[in-house]
Amino acid sequence: MEHISTPKILHHHISSVEKLPLTTAGYPLLIHCKNFHVAHFVIGQERDCHDVFTSLLKLSQPVKPEELYAFSYNPKMSKESREMGWKLIDLKLDYQRMGIPNDSWEITDINKDYEVCSTYPPEIVVPRAATKAVAALCRCSQPLAGFSARCLEDEQMLQAIREANPGCPFMYVVDTRPKLNAMANRAAGKGYENEDNYENIRFKFIGIENIHVMRSSLQKLLEVCEMKSPSMSDFLTGLENSGWLRHIKAVMDAGVFLAKAVREERASVLVHCSDGWDRTAQVCSLASLLLDPFYRTFKGFMVLIEKEWIAMGHKFSHRCGHLDGDPKEVSPVFTQFVECVWQLMQQFPCSFEFSERFLLEIHDHVYSCQFGNFLGTCHKEREELRIFEKTHSLWPFLLQRKQELRNPLYRGFTAYKELQPNTLPFSFQFWCGMYNRFDKGMHPKQCVLDQLLSCLGHKVTLEDNAAELENKLPILDGPLPSKGCTSPKAGAAAAKAPTPPQDCAGGAAPVLSNGPSLGHQKHKESPAQPRDLRASREDGQAQHQE
Amino acid sequence: MEFAELIKTPRADNVVLHRPFHLAVEGTLCLTGHHLIFSSRRKDNTEELWLLHSNIDSIEKRFVGSLGTIVIRCKDLRIIQLDIPGMEECLNIASSIEALSTLDSVTLMYPFFYRPMFEVLEDGWSSFLLEQEFELLSSVTNEWRLSCVNKEFSVCPSYPPLVIVPKSVDDEALRKVALFRQGGRFPVLSYYHKKNGMAMMRSSQPLTGTNGRRCKEDEKLVNATLRSGRRGFVIDTRPLTVAQQARAKGGGFEQEVHYPQWRRIHKCIERFNILQESFIKLVEACNDQSHNMDRWLSKLEASNWLTHIKELLTAACLAAQCIDREGASVLVHGSEGTDSTLQVTSLAQIILDPRCRTIRGFEALVVREWLQAGHPFQQRCAQSAYSNSKQKWEAPVFLLFLECVWQIHRQFPCSFEFNEHFLILLFEHAYASQFGTFLGNNESERAKLKLPQKTMSLWSWVNRPEELSRFQNPLYEANSLVIWPSVAPQSLQLWEGVFLRWNRTSRFLEEAEEERIHIIKYNKELQAKVNALRRQLAEMETDGEVQQDGP
Repeated sequence: MEHISTPKILHHHISSVEKLPLTTAGYPLLIHCKNFHVAHFVIGQERDCHDVFTSLLKLSQPVKPEELYAFSYNPKMSKESREMGWKLIDLKLDYQRMGIPNDSWEITDINKDYEVCSTYPPEIVVPRAATKAVAALCRCSQPLAGFSARCLEDEQMLQAIREANPGCPFMYVVDTRPKLNAMANRAAGKGYENEDNYENIRFKFIGIENIHVMRSSLQKLLEVCEMKSPSMSDFLTGLENSGWLRHIKAVMDAGVFLAKAVREERASVLVHCSDGWDRTAQVCSLASLLLDPFYRTFKGFMVLIEKEWIAMGHKFSHRCGHLDGDPKEVSPVFTQFVECVWQLMQQFPCSFEFSERFLLEIHDHVYSCQFGNFLGTCHKEREELRIFEKTHSLWPFLLQRKQELRNPLYRGFTAYKELQPNTLPFSFQFWCGMYNRFDKGMHPKQCVLDQLLSCLGHKVTLEDNAAELENKLPILDGPLPSKGCTSPKAGAAAAKAPTPPQDCAGGAAPVLSNGPSLGHQKHKESPAQPRDLRASREDGQAQHQE
Repeated sequence: MEFAELIKTPRADNVVLHRPFHLAVEGTLCLTGHHLIFSSRRKDNTEELWLLHSNIDSIEKRFVGSLGTIVIRCKDLRIIQLDIPGMEECLNIASSIEALSTLDSVTLMYPFFYRPMFEVLEDGWSSFLLEQEFELLSSVTNEWRLSCVNKEFSVCPSYPPLVIVPKSVDDEALRKVALFRQGGRFPVLSYYHKKNGMAMMRSSQPLTGTNGRRCKEDEKLVNATLRSGRRGFVIDTRPLTVAQQARAKGGGFEQEVHYPQWRRIHKCIERFNILQESFIKLVEACNDQSHNMDRWLSKLEASNWLTHIKELLTAACLAAQCIDREGASVLVHGSEGTDSTLQVTSLAQIILDPRCRTIRGFEALVVREWLQAGHPFQQRCAQSAYSNSKQKWEAPVFLLFLECVWQIHRQFPCSFEFNEHFLILLFEHAYASQFGTFLGNNESERAKLKLPQKTMSLWSWVNRPEELSRFQNPLYEANSLVIWPSVAPQSLQLWEGVFLRWNRTSRFLEEAEEERIHIIKYNKELQAKVNALRRQLAEMETDGEVQQDGP
């Protein structure tokens, strides 16, 4: 295998392998990757080509989870640090951060044996039947309502959510499906809440299409991206026909609606789609990002993914096709979320602690299976796979690379509270850095991000240098014979006019009588200038945290 | 004519101004000969809006009862709305604005009345003289000469008095060549590539007609730019069919038989009304506030604007490639040689010549390749994308050029000394300005209007240090290389700074720009400080050594 596979393509990243017709150079193999890398290999012998083809097919889609890379990945790390790595992101801490548990909401371990819901984590937050709280964002799956059936307990639960927020007399129930789909589901015995049965609830349908529509949309988009020297018209028409940006906008619109309801109407919102792990995850995590600046930090974004995606049972394994399985279960749900975050970054360049590269890195590893986080479909399954004992968590590895993944323009935690993005169609751009990421020729030839990162990199060194040099100066002054001499020397040096030492030893030379004060000033001023700058920056940050 | 005659109601109170992304403000509206001035009366918000009448592209009036509303659409693409109480006042104001924004005579334009409030450090009218350009050229080659054959604008009315031509061709020959090229635009030097001595020339189409006329002097002139045994490229900005059709009207192209050392390449760069329609469609798409993604993308596509951008960049890259990669000389022309020709030659220089990527160099390029080269600014920029009146010679030719520069800038963000605001400034001033720089259609008209004596040059104002600092790119690091932009559709974007400028809040993007400037400035300051400290320390160490040796 080694003789053809470039180490840059992980087997798990391979999405499809195609044999193309024979050319003069040999037998071509076309490999499409899940991170949108497209690789072309030409192999001399037909037999070899076939062998490679079948091996790649097998290797890229293992049948058993144990064959996934994460179970053999060994970064030579102690057991303790590996375990620490898994504890890095603690969801309870995030609830604590939000002030939960409180009078209205409690954390329950009702699901500890996964009897209540097999795709929920063991601990979930539910409303206490109590009085005081603020607007909250909740999620669930579609009710199994059918046309006439109703469930009193469910109605009571919703009432509890609504009552947990006395600030607003009503609550929203947001169904992220197009209404037509929800009605179809109702005919199949599932469906949506009957308004008559639920008090003070406003229903809202938001048309996000299902996983199958999204899968084919991405397929079309990628075909557009791979066209050989397309005209502008071909490209724009292809982009339009793929529907991709329309779907991205729909997800964004939903996120914005949710955030607005919570922010402006102070209403609680219950969100669901069909199963509650795809569209619901997208819009809930997006709304959280819009509302809470914490989720726009490195740590916060990790928490967000752990909470809204991993813990709440987004079926990464199926959606990403980690294992040989039903291709109809594969869908770019998470990719769309990542793109929405990128679209937000375009509109709010200073509001995220991390850069586009962090998003691409996460996106890569969702498919790479190198780390345990995204294996399986839910918490229960991950425990069964014993990923916490056998694999590594991605997050500590990414945190280690914070310097290269950060956003140099980040203005700190409280510079922007809530984001209110423009969702007019022209606000959405085609993400060349993702879908044509490996076509380097298409990208800007000079990278502002690199430039700024290197500035920030130098900044620390320069500040250290400056501090060190400043420290050295008085030490050098030390051994000099008389106090009177030290200052004039510094002054003279600062004035770039080296004074002969004889003068200095003389001490009383009239030329130097102005020296000391000037020297002192210079000496104090020049170091103070950058320090002031730095101080003001830090002050800014400190204020933010208050 | 007195402006007062046109102003029936010079002032209206309780007028409400609406702008996108701003709260409506109430204030007083005043009309002067050249400005519409709105000032809000509240003390906490003493905002004033000054709008040049010449910036107004179209107005529309509506009435609800006695409340009149005037919607003003500007050439810089902004749209404002004024609610004016009183039907008569509103009608008067609307008709005044209409009359004042469509004055026929150039000499009534604001630049002839504008009195600058700043001290002129350098007269922009003489900042960029061809003599200086020629002096630079003479230091690297002696194959060219400065000809004043067009001194009285008699040989070519749209050329400047001075042009650079091959040394071996005398003025007499130039006069003959001028008769063989449309509008007298004989081939002149546009750019000399120091790296390999190759030249880019520009002209108008040859007047071969249907019976294949030829002109020995013309052949000699273009061949003078070739190295012995080497070929040159003629880049014709028209498709072959269009060039062939042009013969019926007396025009034509260089035929192989008479120009055997030249290879002709036809490109397809659109002209006049096609560009203007594209511009109008694009702006309409950008102002469409419906929330439908498919509609936006299909309108963007149907406008064809980005197609024109791609075609232009492709042609410019081709010209640059012929010169830099093929080591061949190039002659560029379309029909008149005043539009697509200039787009291609000036963009090729942006790609090839680092000097054109500095502020001063870019200004020189605009002066040399657009103003002096006779791009008819007054005709092309008479109306912008909102005008209702019938088009004559309007076309966003210069805007397309600026956008292409922006596209290259986006791909090479550290290679330009100026920022996006500088390009936007030039767009604005080409369409409406207090300066005389973009008035007239060519140097001959400018001379007749005595613009250098009677008006202020844009360059006099913009090159003052306090203005210049706003247009500097903090990321700039001189890059002496040829910069090849990507023309893949994925690499080209809508120029939001112009087309979405008034349709979105720019606060967050401006903050990002501030942040970038801050990071780089702070880094430079730190570096300077460390260097100073090092020097200080080194000096003290030497002092210390002497001291220790002393006793």
